[in-house]
Amino acid sequence: MAHDSFIAVKKQIIVMKTQNTLFQAEQVNDALKQSFVKLNPRVLIKNPVMFTVEIGTVVMLIVSIYSFANKGQGSFGYNLTVFIILLLTVLFANFAEAIAEARGKAQAESLRKTREETPARLLVNGKETRVMSSHLKKGDIFICEAGDNIPTDGEIIEGIATIDESAITGESAPVIRESGGDKSSVTGGTKVLSDRIKVMVTTQPGESFLDKMIALVEGASRQKTPNEIALTILLAGFTLIFVIVCVTLQPFAAYANTPITIAAFISLFVCLIPTTIGGLLSAIGIAGMDRALRANVITKSGKAVETAGDLDTLLLDKTGTITIGNRKATHFHPADGVDVQFFISTCVLGSLADETPEGKSIIELAQAINPMVSLKVPEGSVFIKFTAETRASGLDTPDGLRIRKGAFDSIRNTATKAGHLFPADVEAEVKKIASNGGTPLVVSENEQILGVIELQDIIKPGIAERFERLRKMGVKTVMVTGDNPLTARFIAEKAGVDDFIAEAKPEDKMNYIKKEQQGGKLVAMMGDGTNDAPALAQADVGVAMNSGTQAAKEAGNMVDLDNDPTKLIEIVEIGKQLLMTRGTLTTFSIANDVAKYFAIVPALFMVSIPALGALNIMKLHSPESAILSAVIFNAIIIPLLIPLALRGVEYKPIGASALLRRNLFIYGFGGVVIPFIGIKLIDMLVGILI
Amino acid sequence: MNTAYAGTIFMYVATVALAIPLGRYIAKVFKGEKTWFDFIAPLERLIFRLSGIDTKKEMNWKQHLIALLSINVLWLFYAFFCLMFQNHLPLNPDGNPGQTPDLAFNTAISFITNTNLQDYSGESGATYYTQLFVFTFLHFVSAATGIAAMMVVFKAMKDKVTDKLGNFWDFFVKSITRILLPISFVVAIILAFNGTPTSYKGKDTYISMQGDTVHVSRGPAAGMIAIKQVGTNGGGWYGANSAHPLENPNYLTNIVENISIILIPIALVFALGFYLDKKKLAWVIFGVMTLGFMIAVFPSINAEVGGNPAIAHLGISQPGGSMEGKEVRFGAAASAYWGVCTTVTSNGSVNAMHDSMMPVSGIAQMFDMMINAFYGGVGVGYLNFYIFIIIAVFISGLMVGRTPEFMGRKIEAREMKIASLVALLHPFMILVSTAIASYVLVHFPNINWAEKPSAWLNNPSFHGFSEMLYQFTSSSANNGSGYEGLGDNSIFWNVSAGLVMIISRFLPIIGPVAIAGILANKKFVPESAGTLKTDTGTFGVMIFAVIIIIAALSFFPSLALGPIAEHFSFK
Repeated sequence: MAHDSFIAVKKQIIVMKTQNTLFQAEQVNDALKQSFVKLNPRVLIKNPVMFTVEIGTVVMLIVSIYSFANKGQGSFGYNLTVFIILLLTVLFANFAEAIAEARGKAQAESLRKTREETPARLLVNGKETRVMSSHLKKGDIFICEAGDNIPTDGEIIEGIATIDESAITGESAPVIRESGGDKSSVTGGTKVLSDRIKVMVTTQPGESFLDKMIALVEGASRQKTPNEIALTILLAGFTLIFVIVCVTLQPFAAYANTPITIAAFISLFVCLIPTTIGGLLSAIGIAGMDRALRANVITKSGKAVETAGDLDTLLLDKTGTITIGNRKATHFHPADGVDVQFFISTCVLGSLADETPEGKSIIELAQAINPMVSLKVPEGSVFIKFTAETRASGLDTPDGLRIRKGAFDSIRNTATKAGHLFPADVEAEVKKIASNGGTPLVVSENEQILGVIELQDIIKPGIAERFERLRKMGVKTVMVTGDNPLTARFIAEKAGVDDFIAEAKPEDKMNYIKKEQQGGKLVAMMGDGTNDAPALAQADVGVAMNSGTQAAKEAGNMVDLDNDPTKLIEIVEIGKQLLMTRGTLTTFSIANDVAKYFAIVPALFMVSIPALGALNIMKLHSPESAILSAVIFNAIIIPLLIPLALRGVEYKPIGASALLRRNLFIYGFGGVVIPFIGIKLIDMLVGILI
Repeated sequence: MNTAYAGTIFMYVATVALAIPLGRYIAKVFKGEKTWFDFIAPLERLIFRLSGIDTKKEMNWKQHLIALLSINVLWLFYAFFCLMFQNHLPLNPDGNPGQTPDLAFNTAISFITNTNLQDYSGESGATYYTQLFVFTFLHFVSAATGIAAMMVVFKAMKDKVTDKLGNFWDFFVKSITRILLPISFVVAIILAFNGTPTSYKGKDTYISMQGDTVHVSRGPAAGMIAIKQVGTNGGGWYGANSAHPLENPNYLTNIVENISIILIPIALVFALGFYLDKKKLAWVIFGVMTLGFMIAVFPSINAEVGGNPAIAHLGISQPGGSMEGKEVRFGAAASAYWGVCTTVTSNGSVNAMHDSMMPVSGIAQMFDMMINAFYGGVGVGYLNFYIFIIIAVFISGLMVGRTPEFMGRKIEAREMKIASLVALLHPFMILVSTAIASYVLVHFPNINWAEKPSAWLNNPSFHGFSEMLYQFTSSSANNGSGYEGLGDNSIFWNVSAGLVMIISRFLPIIGPVAIAGILANKKFVPESAGTLKTDTGTFGVMIFAVIIIIAALSFFPSLALGPIAEHFSFK
């Protein structure tokens, strides 16, 4: 089913990542075949630039045949060569699109292979029947028990289970999925490791996100994005200009008594129209989606990827994105007169039976300070659980020790009740920790205060640099957290986010997004819960986690298979790369025309107007070789740039003006210079052959 | 020779020095701020009251265009019939005849469109009535049309604007009363005091040294000549235009007229900066335009001052440079400088024969008109430049990885469609019409027309081709200057050039106004660090590259067959 597709995609991605090659033999073969299939004018007309080249190719075929028996249009061999080069130009452009598609298709093919029918335990009126997974329809309910493969995507409606999702995420640690919460989604192809769940099917066969994505990549439902349309219009405009230039040149030349062969006209035309970008345009778009998929993100439309490049604001959840999961113990602060080692071992003793992440982190920290610390719980000890009432937990040993750790005021109450003073230095430390955004955990033994443990949110390493990078891209980051404003501010400053929403409720996210959008900004957010769904739908780019609820996945326009909240940053770069690749190749393509003019225009007129030989600044061998060199350069530049089109132009967050300077230099200035060199080199080769 | 160079440098520096304060003044006028010229306000109010116009009523871009086009159609008919029947109208002391329908068609369009291609000669083809109440009138209103259209675009570029883009009639009337009239007034006074006629009397006569009787045309010319320069019109009183001793009597008037040619086009760029409070953007635009201007000025002056190599070959020294077709009172340098000024600005008045200039000057002048956006005609120069900005923004926006936006508005398919069409139109009009002319000339040289195509050209070969190319380039750029070797007062040239002028005038006004109007209606996106700034030198380079490449790519082959081939043929 569609759901198996997730595994296949993952596998495919792994294959690609490990091989790390752009082209695989199988895909190349497929793409070669497709290059010819795409010659069909009805297909090619969608690409106005290449369509006009195809018309030129057909004309050259006729001219070649004509010149076989007639004179006046140049030699048969010359015309045939021009015809072949033009045909190659179209084929190269088709190949670029086909190879981009083939890479997507390869994924689809391997999906289909792994779409082996899995048996499903369908539940009908309380009775269990075995059906094949392909027969499951939306709304059906099936059962999975330990050891079963989940046949299709669905939502748990009853039960809890540990599930091995490594096939999708690559993470070997099993995850827990249960009904009711935000982690109720299961994915086809994953495996239940324990327990029993009842699952409702959430998608029709063939309609999963992945199915949609395959259709997008294959071109069946691929629509041009708004930006692609605008660029196509500009390129069509350039093509039209050159139609005019070439058509009007005929009477001009007739006035100047300079006969121009059809081959020369068509060569001039094909060289001038922006074939490089025209040939690579759709490959660039497909490759953008493909790169998103490589980052384990399924996009529902090409537009979403493009929009990602324009994002102004990112809403990021604090936990899991900016900080590592839960709070962790970072410091032991014993009271005056209490021995450090004694304090640490008491803390360890009080936390050994504590299963909470905070408790565990205390032991981890203690072990880091003193690897020899005893981890033995005295036999017969009683663990005192944390309750909302006592706001403290601890341990009572058989030999009468009562260790407690908990909130400041709770421990202080019990201490003062027992007649002990609360040490002033500990109180000062408590205040200091709180003002630093941490949580103080006061420790007492037999109601006597020993000291305080500092718990802190751990900010992910490197996250501040990533935010800095985003800031340079012009993207504002906003942290969303349930913490109080004071703590939130502290963490926000430390992590380097630009803004935060503290004590956030789901509707706060929604309101923030709307507010930003009213100011004309594009906002992205990531979410997993059902209550995130409205905000995901409102956001310009909503990335749902694959583990999230179906509602969240439906609402967003991307699904992240890795459930990695920092993925948004990569998505922004992929979007930018997509636009940049289009822009730079357009510039390159048009800048190329300068050199082509200096090759072809003197070639057209040199014989009858010797004065114009002065324009032959490349000193090309002969008019024929000049024209051939220009069209050959024009043709081979397309396959040479396919890797760049597929990989994308590298994005550097150096500010828009600096980036423009850089790209203008490389692709604009380079685009003027390179063809001069290229055409001259080709001419030297052609000169030998003629 | 050094004084000649100094003269041109002085003219340019003085122009810029005047243009900056003038730009600030123009911005104030349209912002509705107080200026020292407010005493004219009662007159404006009277005009509005008589016309039943409520200037408080703001228009959207479509209403602006409807107003602009409908009033222009009205003037077109008025001018056409006045010219055909001018012999029946008053103020015709010389008894000049009415124009033929094709000539009237060409002339009416020519003046409506701010082109002023003159296929007639003012001395014999027009009367004082048509000179004053058709030509001079159209000089004012066609220039004001351009400024008003530009103001719509300026207004649309403001931050918080939606579809309330000001009132067309307000822009239009104020362009005349506050800008064109006062400046023309000053220029006319200077001309009159230097000998330009302002008399209603008919031809004067004198007997020359050789004993011939010479008739000298007069007329109330000074006013018309002033606005012809100030409003980038170029249509002069006399056939010889500003080379005529009564139209441009001495070096001083030459300086004044030459400054008038490029003063308002430059001032309007600064007005943009003051009006939008984006002075840096104005300087970037000014920088790009000036670079384009200088690239044409230097080779042209050099070529003219250097003299004609063909003459030098004969062993004749040319101390004054190439003087064929030039006035001795101006010299080679000032003539070349004027030639570039008049072609960059779509003015088209001439103080020397462009047909006789060196091929390098021909390249410079034609290239200026092919681009038509380095300073450009009043108002419309910026509109043309705006199209190039949109294309440059689009490509460079993509290059920095962001959906392109200009002044906080995203540029999408619809705007690109309009921009591409407008950018396409100019090469289309020039190349297609020149191609038709070449085709007719080659295939039907002796067709049974009143003027046979074989008699069109004064020169053979490349220069003949340049004459045709120049005519249509000048028409499409709404410039109006010509290579006068061409036999252009014939049905073919009158009609074809007329059509080229009218299409190339109004579509490039409609396009930018539409784009600006559509953009203004879009959501405003505030600037962020990822936004491409358009007021930087880098972006200036980008615009310049787009302009040069589009023009070079479109016109290189045709220039190669005309002036470029001629240039390389000089040995």
